[in-house]
Amino acid sequence: MALLITRGMTKRFGGLVAVRALDLKVEERAIHSVIGPNGAGKTTVFNCITGFYRPEEGEIWFAGQRVDGLRPDEIAHLGIARTYQNIRLFANMTALENVLVGLHRHLRSSWVGALLGSPAVRREERWAHEEARRLLEFVGLGGRAHLLARHLPYGEQRKLELARALATRPRLLLLDEPTAGMNPAETQEVIQFIRRLRDELGITILLIEHHMRVVMTISDRVTVLDYGEKISEGSPEQVQDDPRVIEAYLGTRKVAAEALG
Amino acid sequence: MWRAGLVFGALIWFVSLAGLVEALHARWVVDGVVSAGQVLLWGVVVASGWVGARRAPGALVSRLGWGLFSGATAGFCLGLLAWLGGQVDLRSVFINASPVLFQLLSAGLQPPQAWLAAVLAGSVLGLVGAAGAVAPKGLVRPLLAGLGAGVSLGMFQELVLLVLQPEGLAAVREWLFVASGGPTAHGVGAVALASAAAAALRPALSAGGRTVGLSFRAGRVLWIVVGIALLALLPVAGGPFVAQVLVLVGLYTLMGLGLNLEVGLAGLLDLGFVAFFAIGAYTVGLLTSVGQHGIAHWSFWAAVPVAVLVSLVAGVILGIPVLGIRGDYLAIATLGFGEIVRLLVLSDALRPWLGGSQGVLSIPKPVLGGWELSGPQHLYYLTVVASAVVAYVAWRLQESRLGRAWMAIREDEDVAEALGINLVSVKLLAYGLGAAFAGVGGAIFAVMVGSVFPHSFQLLISIQVLALIIVGGMGSIPGVVVGSAVLIGLPELLREFGEFRFLVYGAALVAMMLLRPEGLLPAAAQRRELHAEESGSALQPWAVGAGGGA
Amino acid sequence: MATATLQRPRAPRWSFVDAFLWAFRLVVVVVVAWGTVGTLRLGRYTGEQWLDFFVFGLAQGGIYALIALGYTMVYGILRMINFAHGEVFMSGAYTAYFVAAPLATSGFLNRHPLLSLSLLVAVAAVVSLSVAVLVERVAYRPLRRAPRLVPLITAIGASFFLQYAFRGLFGSGFKAYPEFELFKGQWEVFGVGILRTQAVVLASAAVLMFALYQFVMRTKVGKAMRAVSEDKDAAALMGIDVDRIIVLTFAIGGAAAGAAGILYALVFKQVHFFMGFVPGIKAFTSAVLGGIGNIPGAMLGGLFLGVVESVGPALFLDGLGIVAPYQLKDVIAFTMLVMVLIFRPQGILGERLAAKRA
Repeated sequence: MALLITRGMTKRFGGLVAVRALDLKVEERAIHSVIGPNGAGKTTVFNCITGFYRPEEGEIWFAGQRVDGLRPDEIAHLGIARTYQNIRLFANMTALENVLVGLHRHLRSSWVGALLGSPAVRREERWAHEEARRLLEFVGLGGRAHLLARHLPYGEQRKLELARALATRPRLLLLDEPTAGMNPAETQEVIQFIRRLRDELGITILLIEHHMRVVMTISDRVTVLDYGEKISEGSPEQVQDDPRVIEAYLGTRKVAAEALG
Repeated sequence: MWRAGLVFGALIWFVSLAGLVEALHARWVVDGVVSAGQVLLWGVVVASGWVGARRAPGALVSRLGWGLFSGATAGFCLGLLAWLGGQVDLRSVFINASPVLFQLLSAGLQPPQAWLAAVLAGSVLGLVGAAGAVAPKGLVRPLLAGLGAGVSLGMFQELVLLVLQPEGLAAVREWLFVASGGPTAHGVGAVALASAAAAALRPALSAGGRTVGLSFRAGRVLWIVVGIALLALLPVAGGPFVAQVLVLVGLYTLMGLGLNLEVGLAGLLDLGFVAFFAIGAYTVGLLTSVGQHGIAHWSFWAAVPVAVLVSLVAGVILGIPVLGIRGDYLAIATLGFGEIVRLLVLSDALRPWLGGSQGVLSIPKPVLGGWELSGPQHLYYLTVVASAVVAYVAWRLQESRLGRAWMAIREDEDVAEALGINLVSVKLLAYGLGAAFAGVGGAIFAVMVGSVFPHSFQLLISIQVLALIIVGGMGSIPGVVVGSAVLIGLPELLREFGEFRFLVYGAALVAMMLLRPEGLLPAAAQRRELHAEESGSALQPWAVGAGGGA
Repeated sequence: MATATLQRPRAPRWSFVDAFLWAFRLVVVVVVAWGTVGTLRLGRYTGEQWLDFFVFGLAQGGIYALIALGYTMVYGILRMINFAHGEVFMSGAYTAYFVAAPLATSGFLNRHPLLSLSLLVAVAAVVSLSVAVLVERVAYRPLRRAPRLVPLITAIGASFFLQYAFRGLFGSGFKAYPEFELFKGQWEVFGVGILRTQAVVLASAAVLMFALYQFVMRTKVGKAMRAVSEDKDAAALMGIDVDRIIVLTFAIGGAAAGAAGILYALVFKQVHFFMGFVPGIKAFTSAVLGGIGNIPGAMLGGLFLGVVESVGPALFLDGLGIVAPYQLKDVIAFTMLVMVLIFRPQGILGERLAAKRA
């Protein structure tokens, strides 16, 4: 059964329909890409799934549970994590603290326990710090634990955002343009990394991406949005050959072929 | 460049006409020679030379020249004011434009000479300032330290005299101060020289300390021991007045620690904070008072936990409606709630229960094992213990999962929520616990004054608490203590300053935000970063890091 | 793939926060309704008295509205609350006192009342304008790119600095403003007696607001101001000097506040270094009521607040048997402030700015 299902999901802003009756199925352990021209409603889809927006119509199911109408923190507790198109770190906290916030939902200690400094709390804190350092190592930020997030270079900020999302131990990870602003070598690294997340950690990935090469390389399935509507869906090859996709993107076949090639 | 002199000239006009110069003139920095008011005037002129030289481009000579010019301009403005004071009666408008002031400004000279003298003196002082701006730091720092220490001796002479009270120190006292009050010239000189020397030798000294073998940790323990000893002995040495001031500092520290949870950690700007201080005070007042409004005649110790609990609940209740409000709107909404609480308490409508504008009277002092904690010296220890406990609690909270959640919502509420943080409970805990801290302060305040009335709980208090955590460094616990010592303690000790306290607060808030927004003692994360041990180490590339984790 | 039976999305669940907020609303509505019925039943006030309350409220509201313009225009452009605006208002009225007092002793004030009034308004407007521009230059402009909390804190600092600077310069006592002979007593308007001061205040406020509205809507500079408030960067790209427009906004807001200061002095006949605080908060409330950033909204909000505050204590509170209801006048204003901030932050008129605040 699919891990994430949306049925007839519609989101309006005033008169504008940002997402129209979207049916989406993301299979467990898939790498599923959502593509589309600028303003096609991709990020709005993410915001609906994570509870930032409340869709006007339709349903969202995650792991057999209805999640639309839940608060973002409740959805996070069910196992959905995300990154942001324009990196949103806790700028005045250190890299380590950023990841520790991601671990928040796995920690049980109450504030009273923290005051008393009970052994259980101390053990949990020690575990959290070890886990956070392990995650920083995992994304390649081992030496940066005590730097403020805002002082990290751009590429490392993206990595830190990923580490923070992974700290919640998600079953489904939503990545909003993870390769934006990266050079080809870095992009290649990200592709490798996303694969590892799926293969080694078993995380299902839903991806918004503009680099067609990335999409075509790693996706199991691609959904194409235009003006908030799904215009095509299938394997990368199927989507690539769909005339509606080519039209939506560029209008003419020749240029499109180059862009998608 | 050329504007520096005019800006500082305007500043001279302002501090003179606002009464600051004359008020400080009553205090000798060197007995019979230099007053604090004169130091202020000269200091402003020197500063104009410093700024003029800093702003000026080009070679050394041109910078010195600009400094001189700025100083001369500032001196000219001073002379103009002195002249004007002789010509027209400014006092009908500016209440502080007294003959004493103009006597001081014109240095006792007649108008034409006085003006000329002001310009000349200004040029010289401007040049001094400019020299300070261009001279190497290693030279300027000891000079500033010496000057600062010399001036402080006069500024805080009451405090120094209190410490020198014991008979054994009579010789030192008589050498440093003349019998009638002010410091002696040789005393000031010696203190200035000593601290200048200390500042000059400091790098060498600390290096020496390290080779002797005083490790960092041992040094810290030493500092803590010295600190505790000082805290315990201060009121004994300083007497009731100093103890009283320290109690005030302690009360503001308690409030500051509470507001720091809300503003510094959770980023929730609360301008109605004084309401919780008031609620703590009124709860203790009502529960313990033996007067007509007392309802229970409890002991202080039984009432304090209730007061803390009531403040906490009040914090949560006033927090609920403003949960959805962010940023500056939140500041205004909380200000509104704070004022509503104050106006209701003040009103005749609630007078039968809360005593209206007269408040709740006859609050007995706390009794501990048959001992009545009556004087400020006793209450001082109570305040210190309470502050220490609350600071410990604040520190534990800050380092906990909850503290990190607070910082996360301060930085980005939406992202924090998407990571699984329940905004409602985390924010309400910030409001509740912050209010509880203020409630502790309120409880002690009630027994300190012996009565509680609405006039003690003005918006001004909220602003003062906000100011002190900003000056100390938002989100920093030591910063709260330093902030309240600087903003609450110093003005109390400097009596002449009292009237100008809020003027200085206002200026300090603006200046702090412009020049040093992180505060005097910045928060832990920023310090940690400065001392990050591994920040220099080589970065592992992405792929290797990923492999290492697998 | 879509199933045949699509459900509506689930309604948001009721949390205790929602329940609390509804209870809050309910309590306020019940108190107001209960009090109103009680008062009307008692019949303690005559129709004429109600009218007096109403007209006084309008005059007071006109003053709030003029001050509120400064809040709303600055917020529209910089998205910041100019907390020092109440002190801008105070500084004009206070300084003009030193013109008014000699005018009164020399007798000029009552020989040429209209000329004197215009002169006072001009002086107050110029002083307030200068103070507003100075505050912008020193406390706000260097922090244009800083986090939102930072300029708010400097604004609080500037506000305190100004209050205590005036206290230091001019003393802490009340200063009694001279009265105009011409404005004593009543005028008959449509057979109803109206206090002359209130009529003058209301008329002046109306004229000033109309002029200002025309300025913003019709002139080129006004258009530039509106452009900057829509989008600073785009306006800069169109060749508008954004810094200049911001200074101009502070200047106009300051001048309006200065004029309001004189009207305030006409009604209350005294000035004091702390006089800016309460009217400042009330004017801010008016701006929020009308939808902050919205100029006609601020005007309506001011009038509305003035009337509610004047009529409210008698209408809502007297009927509840509350002792000395006028002491709670400000409680009504502050309650309105927090209710608007909680339940309708976009204001009564505002819809436009609601999305922008997000």
